[in-house]
Amino acid sequence: MQKMTRGEKIFLVFNYVILSLVALLCLFPLIHVLAISFSAKSAVAAGVVRLWPVDFTLASYKYVSNRPEFSRSLLISIKRVFLGLLVNMFLTIITAYPLSKEDKQFHSRTIIVWVFVFTMLFGGGLIPWYMTIRATGLLDTIWALIIPGAVPVYNVVLLLNFFRSLPKELEEAALIDGASQWDILWKIYVPLSLPALATLTLFTAVGHWNSWFDGLILMNRPENYPLQSYLQTIIVQQTNVAGSFLQSEDWRILAVISDRTIKAAQIFLGALPILVIYPFLQRYFMKGIVLGSLKE
Amino acid sequence: MLSKNLRKQIPFYLMVLPAMILVFIYSYIPMIGIKIAFQRFIPAKGLFGPQEWIGLGNFTYILSLPDTFKVLRNTVFIAGMKIVGGLIVPLIFALLLNEIRREWFKRSAQTIIYLPYFLSWVIFAGILIDVLSPSEGIVNGFLRLIGAKSVYFLGDPKWFPYTMVLTDLWKNFGFSTIIYLAALTNISPTLYEAAAIDGANRWQQTWYVTLPGIRPIIVLLATLSLGNVLNAGFEQIFNLYSPQVYETGDIIDTLVYRIGLIQAQYGLATAIGLFKSIVSFIFISLSYYLAYRFADYRIF
Repeated sequence: MQKMTRGEKIFLVFNYVILSLVALLCLFPLIHVLAISFSAKSAVAAGVVRLWPVDFTLASYKYVSNRPEFSRSLLISIKRVFLGLLVNMFLTIITAYPLSKEDKQFHSRTIIVWVFVFTMLFGGGLIPWYMTIRATGLLDTIWALIIPGAVPVYNVVLLLNFFRSLPKELEEAALIDGASQWDILWKIYVPLSLPALATLTLFTAVGHWNSWFDGLILMNRPENYPLQSYLQTIIVQQTNVAGSFLQSEDWRILAVISDRTIKAAQIFLGALPILVIYPFLQRYFMKGIVLGSLKE
Repeated sequence: MLSKNLRKQIPFYLMVLPAMILVFIYSYIPMIGIKIAFQRFIPAKGLFGPQEWIGLGNFTYILSLPDTFKVLRNTVFIAGMKIVGGLIVPLIFALLLNEIRREWFKRSAQTIIYLPYFLSWVIFAGILIDVLSPSEGIVNGFLRLIGAKSVYFLGDPKWFPYTMVLTDLWKNFGFSTIIYLAALTNISPTLYEAAAIDGANRWQQTWYVTLPGIRPIIVLLATLSLGNVLNAGFEQIFNLYSPQVYETGDIIDTLVYRIGLIQAQYGLATAIGLFKSIVSFIFISLSYYLAYRFADYRIF
C-alpha cells in the first residue's frame, strides 16, 4: 500500500461524504413517503413528518386493502407477471437457439435475425400498434398485456449472443449420440445458461410488474387494469379517491387518513415487491446490465 | 424430396416460427398501418377498410400548427440534456466509487443508487409529486427553511424541463454507473502498479490509466445514446406534466397520445408518429454504425 499524500487523504474523506450524501438522497424521498403512509393525517398536514412516522397508524393501509379495486388489480398484475414470464421466456429461448447457429447450419439465420432486429430500429408508432391490437380482438383481455409483447427482441438477441459463447463441441457430440435439436436446447443449452436465464427472467418479471401504459390504453374498463395502471389513475390522475371517502363506513379510519397518506400507502405497496426482492437478487440485477453491454 | 441438409434445418424453422408470426402481426402490420398517416382515417371502418386517401394532407396540417415546432424543440431540448447528463454524471460517480477501497461501502452505495431504476414511473412520479409539491412537499419545506422561495417544480414552465432532466438522472444514473464500474474493474491492476512505480499520483493514475482504460465503453455509451434524440421520456413526462407546462414540457410522444387517443384524430397522430419513427430510425442506425466503427460493437 503506497503512502497517501495530504491531498489524497482530503479527497478520500470528501469522496466518502459525497457518495454517502448522494446515496442517502436517493433513499430519503422513498423513506419520507413511507413515513407519511404510516402517519396520521394531522401530523402530515402539519408538515412534521420527515423520515419517521408521527402518530403511527396503519389506517391508510387498512383503507387501501379494503378497496376492491386494489385487490382486483393486484390479482391481475400477479396473473400478468406469471403468464408474461411463461410466454416471454419460452419464446425467447426457442427463438434465440436456432438464431445462435452459424449460417451454414441454419441458412436463413442472418436474414431472420435482421427481421427481428429491425423491429428495434423502426416501429409503426402508437396508433397503428393500438389499431392492430384492437383488430386482433385482444382489448379488455389479459392477453392484450402479454401477446403483443410476447417476443422480447432485445432479450432474444442477448440470449442468442450468450448461446454463441457456449462451446460447439457439446452440440456436435449430442448430435452423434442421436439427440434432436429440441433435446440439445433443453438438456444442454438451457441448463448451461441458467445464470443468464435467471437474469432475463428477473428483468422480464420486473418489466411486467412495472408496465402501466399498455394497461391504461388497452383496457377500456377500469376493472381490467393491472395494479400499476390502477395506481396511475389514483396517484397521477387523482381520480376517485376523494369521492369514495364518503362511502367508507369506518369513521375512525377517516379521522386519521387523508388523500396524501392513502396515496403514500399505495405508492409503497406498488413498489413493495421490487423492494423485497431487490436486496436478495441484487447479484442478478447487477448482472443484467453487464450481460447487455459488455459482451465480447 | 428435400435434401438432407435442408431437412436438418426444419427444427430450426419450427422453433423460430411462433416468434416470426407474432412479430409479423404486432410489429410489421403496424408498420403497414403507417398508411393511416396518408388517410382521413375513420376507425370504425377498420385498419384496412376503405379509407379516404388525402396524400400529404395530414403533414401539411401539422406543419401549419404553431405548436409543432414548440413540441419538437421541447423534445430535443429535454432529450439532449438527458443524453449529456446521462453520460457524464454516471462517469463521475463510477470514478468516485472506484476510488473506494472498502468493499461494503462500495457495494451498499451501488445497491442504493441503482434501486430507483427498478421502480415504475408511476411509483416514482407519485413520490415526486408528493415531495416536490409547492405547499406540502418536503423539498420546498427545506427551501423555505433556508430562506429560499418555494419553487413549483412541476407546475412552472421555467422549471419543468430541468425538473424532468434531474429526476430522470436521479432515477436512472445508477444503471450506467454500474456499466462504467464493471469496465473499471476490468482494468489490470498491474497498470496502476507500473504507473505508481513511475511516480504517478492518484490524479495522474486516473487521467492516464483509468480514463483511457474505459474509453471504449464511454464511446460505446455515447454513440448508442444518439438513438435517443427524440426520446424525451414519455413515461416520465406523461405522469408529471399538466396543461400549464405544455409550453416547455409537451413532447412528441405526449402530443401523439393526446391527438390520437384522446381526440381520436388517428391520421394526424400517426403522421406525427411517423415523423418521429423516421428520424429515430436514422439516428439509431447511425448510432449502431458509429458504435460498430468506433467501439467494435455488434448487435449480434
